[in-house]
This record gives sequence, C-alpha cells and structure tokens, in this order.
Amino acid sequence: MKLVRHVAWEIWLPIVLLVVWWFASADSMNTYFPPLHDILERSKELWFWQGTREDVLPSLRRLAVGYLIAVAAGTLVGLLLGGVHWLESATRPYVEFLRSTPGIALMPLVSLVFGLGDLFKIVTIALVCCWPVLLNSIDGVHSVEPQLRDVATSYRLTTAERVRFILLPSAAPQIFAGARTALAIGVIAMTASEMIGIGGGLGYFTLNASTAFDYTGLWSGIIALGVVGYILNKLFAAVERTVLAWHYGLVAHSQGGTR
Amino acid sequence: MTQHALSSDSPGSSGTTGRCRTGQPLIGVKGLGHAYGPRQIFEGLDFSVDKGEFVCIVGPSGVGKTTLLGCLTGLQKPTQGTIHFDGQAVKGTPEGLAIVFQDYSRSLMPWLSTRDNVALPLRSAGVGKKERLARATAALTEVGLGDFLDSYPWQLSGGMQQRVAIARALAFNPKAIVMDEPFASVDAQTRSDLEDLALKVRDELGIAVMLVTHDIDEAVYLADTILVLAGKPATVQTLIPVDLPTPREQLATKAEPRFAELRSEVYTYIKKPAAPTA
Repeated sequence: MKLVRHVAWEIWLPIVLLVVWWFASADSMNTYFPPLHDILERSKELWFWQGTREDVLPSLRRLAVGYLIAVAAGTLVGLLLGGVHWLESATRPYVEFLRSTPGIALMPLVSLVFGLGDLFKIVTIALVCCWPVLLNSIDGVHSVEPQLRDVATSYRLTTAERVRFILLPSAAPQIFAGARTALAIGVIAMTASEMIGIGGGLGYFTLNASTAFDYTGLWSGIIALGVVGYILNKLFAAVERTVLAWHYGLVAHSQGGTR
Repeated sequence: MTQHALSSDSPGSSGTTGRCRTGQPLIGVKGLGHAYGPRQIFEGLDFSVDKGEFVCIVGPSGVGKTTLLGCLTGLQKPTQGTIHFDGQAVKGTPEGLAIVFQDYSRSLMPWLSTRDNVALPLRSAGVGKKERLARATAALTEVGLGDFLDSYPWQLSGGMQQRVAIARALAFNPKAIVMDEPFASVDAQTRSDLEDLALKVRDELGIAVMLVTHDIDEAVYLADTILVLAGKPATVQTLIPVDLPTPREQLATKAEPRFAELRSEVYTYIKKPAAPTA
C-alpha cells in the first residue's frame, strides 16, 4: 500500500503532462511538433527492439565504461589527494582549473587524439564525470572523524586496512553524492559525444533524425534519452540505498526517526 | 624520586585482585615531561604500573592528563623522559596495550556492526577470520552485549556503545587498557554499571587499567593507586594507595569511612599544588 502511494505520488504529474500533451498536440499540423500519438507509435516501432539493440545499448555501454572509469579514478585519486596534504596543496590549482573547464569543450581535442569512435566517447565521458567524484572524495577524506585516526593508529591498522575500513566507508556518502552528479552530466557527455563522431547511439540518432527532417524520430530520441536518464538515476539510487544502508539508518536515527 | 606505585604494600588491596607481582613493572615511566613549544605541560613524572593494577589519574582540568595518556599510548611523542611497556621502550602504541577513548560515538565505526568493530583490530594483528569473529563474540558477551552482535553502534545507547569500545579493547587480549575519561558522557546509573564492568574485567582477566577521570569518587572507588597530577608545570603530587576492601561494591564501598577520608585526601592534593605557581 505504501509502495502504491509512493509510486502514485511520483507519476501523477508526468501522467497529467502526457495527457495534456496528448490532447494539445492531437490535431497538430506543425511539422516540428507532431501529435504525441505519432511520436509514441514511432517510439514503439523504433525501440522495440531493433533500435534498442542498435542505438541504446551502444550508448549505455560507452556510458558505463566511461562512468565507471571516472568513478574509480576519481575515488582513488581523491583518497590519495585527501590523505596526502602536500600533494593536495600542490595540485589544487590544476584540479580547480580543469574542473572549471567545460568537459564538452575538450571534445575536439580528445577526438584529435582518440579519433571519432568509441574510445573518443568513453574518454570524453570519463573526463567529464571524474571531477565531481574527485572533489567529493577529497572532501570525504578530509571529514573523516579525527578520533578514528587515533583508533587506527593505536590498534596498528595497516594503510590498506585504514583505506578499506575507515577512509573509504567514511567518505562513501560524499563520494556517492559526487557520483550522482557525475551520472547526470555523464548522460549529457554521452549524448554530446555521440552527436559528433560516428558509431551510432542515442545522441547520434537524435541529431540524425533532426537533420533528416524526421521530427517524430527526433522526439522519440529525446523521450528515449529522458527515459534512459531516469532509469539510470533510479538504479543509482537503489545501489546507493544498499551500499549506504548504515548511513541512512544513522541519519534517520539521529533525527529521531524510527525507521 | 622514583615512586613505585605498588611497592607501597597496602592491606586489603592484594590477593583477590588477580595481580601478579614480578620484579619488573608493566609500565615504567621515568623523568617524563612534555612541552608544547615553550609551554611545559608536565615534567619529571616517575611512576610505574604493575601487572593487573588499577591506576586512576586525577587532576584539575588542563593539567595534561590527556597528554600524559597520549604519551603512554605512544600516540604522542614526549619531549623528555622514557616510558617502558613490558620491558620495551614505547615507540608507537605498544603491543599489548589497548585504548578506550573518551567519546564512544566518535571512536566506533558507524558503518560496521558491533562485532565487526570489535574484530577489526584483530585483523591487523594477523588473527584468522574465524577466530576474529569468535573472539569478538566472546568479548561482546563478556561486556553483556551478546545479543547485539549484528547491531550498528548507533542503534545502541551511550553506555552500550562504550561497552562495545571496551569489548574492542578486550578482544585484543591486552596486558593493559588505557581509558581517557571513559564514563564522562553517560548517565549516573550507566556510569556505575560501567565502573563495575571495568573492575570485573581487571579482576577476571588480570588486565592493568590506567584510567583518567576528573571525578574523585570514581577514582577512589576504582583504583588500587591514585596518581594525583597537579601544578604548573604538572608533577606527580602523590601516589595514594587505596586500601579499601575488595571486591568493591557501589553502596558498601562508598559508605566506608575510609572512602570519605581518601576522597578528602585526594581533594586536598588537587586543590593545593605543592609546587608554588609563579
């Protein structure tokens, strides 16, 4: 019952908007804004299942590889920089400079080095995604409870044990927060990198439909991108809830909740 | 002025406490001093702690009790003097010494169950997984938390969390436990329970305990020997052997006339530092 209410609460607005869109666009003769009915018909043809195989899956594969590289690298480098003070001070300006540079702007440069294929897209996604993870990981390490350092020292924990049992779990809530931001901009980087370059994908499909005056296709692509982003976010939240179960429990507990 | 805590043979404090006397003290402190820059915190500390001895360190706040514990545990390097633990000079936390920190809520890992919290230090000590869990379970049972092995620390009350911290120290099979105002942030009832737990641990396992407290009653109730630290810079004002009968009991022990005498004796030393303040 609680689940039903939860789901209902989440989807009522999208349903209302879809209904409004459906009726408002029903008799549309405007080429750029075709009836929703046509868009959904087209989506059904496209994405079940040939288009999913040919465009959605390649997109997801690139995103997954680039994103996971970014999360792993951001976390590791963050642990290093967060743990070694002088290294962090020495690299801070470069980190700040690089993360302020729009990653998308690096695409032409990246494509010079890596061509226009999968590698270029993966590198672009990784480059864009790593910064929020890196910065949050550094902050996460900084905010480790100082007393736990004494505990680790007095019980003679090895460096590896400190990282695994103290630094990493302690920084995990912040790393996850960074990874969530990274996922959102990762989808953007995926779409943008597919819009230039070759090899298909949702971004390529959408731009291609637009240039081919296939406006129901364009709208189908946009909807598919939105759905993909939404599902990824839900998956991410599920993983976060599992991994950080202790954290949510602790927060709920300290706020006097009974969950 | 080498003062040997247990060389003063006090009636009533021997025998039943599980202390074993050998020629060599467990902890030997000689000429210990520490300064932060030009500010000398304490100097010329000489004392020793025997195996299985319960020593309480009392003194006014800011006297350097926590710094002294930092030196004893090897977390801080003293600027003068030496400390020997079990015959070895202290450089870093010695094996066989475990610490119970003041703030349980910050010294336990909220992402680990109580059992994993207790078992983690054993991992670094090279104990196999099966034995780690068995020892953690045994230690938690010893402190009365056998039913809370899989709880997270934050699901437990403050007193129970401090019991977890004590269990973590016990699982380590230490020869000595150092406690920094371990019962300062729990309610009175819990505090008495934890005091009795500390005594029980010492009696049953023969572990030496060094406990810092600002509570004179607590010191008199728990200690075999009270070390009074006072002055600027602080020195050992006195070592008071506590000749109350053992085992101690919250009501009976505190009702002893001798309890009140010892209490005022300690109080006098804290209030009137021997060294004149310049």
